[in-house]
Amino acid sequence: MDHDLLTQVDDAERDLHAAASRRVAAGEDLAAYFDAVIAADQKIEPRDWMPEAYRKGLVRQIAQHAHSEIIGMQPEGNWITRAPSLKRKAILLAKVQDEAGHGLYLYAAAETLGITRDELVDLLLTGRQKYSSIFNYPTLTWADMGAIGWLVDGAAIVNQVPLCRCSYGPYARAMIRICKEESFHQRQGYEILHTLAHGTPEQHAMAQDAVDRWWYPSLAMFGPPDANSTHSAQSMAWKVKRFSNDELRQKFVDMTAEQVRALGLTLPDPELRWNDERGHYDYTQPDYDELSRVIKGDGPCNRQRMAHRRRAHAEGAWVREAAAAYAAKRTS
Amino acid sequence: MTDLWEVFVRPRRGLSHTHVGSLHAPDAEVALRHARDLYTRRQEGVSIWVVPAAAITASSPDEKDAFFDPAADKVYRHPTFYQVPDGVPHL
Repeated sequence: MDHDLLTQVDDAERDLHAAASRRVAAGEDLAAYFDAVIAADQKIEPRDWMPEAYRKGLVRQIAQHAHSEIIGMQPEGNWITRAPSLKRKAILLAKVQDEAGHGLYLYAAAETLGITRDELVDLLLTGRQKYSSIFNYPTLTWADMGAIGWLVDGAAIVNQVPLCRCSYGPYARAMIRICKEESFHQRQGYEILHTLAHGTPEQHAMAQDAVDRWWYPSLAMFGPPDANSTHSAQSMAWKVKRFSNDELRQKFVDMTAEQVRALGLTLPDPELRWNDERGHYDYTQPDYDELSRVIKGDGPCNRQRMAHRRRAHAEGAWVREAAAAYAAKRTS
Repeated sequence: MTDLWEVFVRPRRGLSHTHVGSLHAPDAEVALRHARDLYTRRQEGVSIWVVPAAAITASSPDEKDAFFDPAADKVYRHPTFYQVPDGVPHL
């Protein structure tokens, strides 16, 4: 995965340098200049003029991504105190800490678009901005730590690698950092499942159960099918998004269908098989009605996740106040 | 919310500090500690600078104005401008 990512980033950088050697015509018309930068595969930077819809769309997407990292700490945080060994516990702690870090990189990227951290936190806590539907599913067993790393982080990587080439500079740079760190997450998940799947029959069954429960929600992470995707077309035109939801979902299926073999587990889809004609695996689509219910707030854990986030924010108030008071005391 | 700080990390000895991102902190000392926790979890650096974002003066409101134009017509500042006769080595 790591090799794959770095190659893609390298290829993209080569494209950028080639584009830079062509010259972007610096006309007086700001909109024409913006379009020319996008057309030449260059980056838009915070102080450049940009269409209001580009700015708003990016704030929405980056914020949703940041919120997902922050809420995404909860399903795994649930298992830190119950990790089966000190080594597994240290690894899980490091992974959850990475997720906090990813949230902060992304909040900082969103803030370059003229929204404040306070506003972003408020939008999450009041439910006016969303986070990824996947984090509204419960983590019932230790094997879920494996399934999340392999499938959920795996799906996230497939989604995120193309974002390293997104047209908005601060977002693209944050994504490069994040993707480099995500490949550890995916591998540690795969290793957890591999260990369980080759353990006792009970451990094997636990691993299979986790894969069975996380497979379809992971497929749903790529969003609705292309025909019903609201933000896609404009986002592709502006090169924020590089591939459609269905293309990315197919890519993920093709990868995992092969990775599952070494685990000695199966994916819960009787229709999953290689299609020679298409050069891809055929597979069963996830339940998109379920996806839209979970997004609207009716997943198994939506209320619990939000209540926990609000409580954590409120209980952390004294830390923020103490730090501010200390700073004020030192400067006065 | 507290002040915004820009973070620069020197990846290793001999290289210059490079901008890596930003963060919020109430003062410089806390900003440094946050920067270590946030941007160097995998030994990405040997030194960190934190600078209040408000203290940075930027050359232009957008990044395409005439500020850099004077350099565009001075090609004689590049060694490739000069023709060297054949048979002159190491020049």
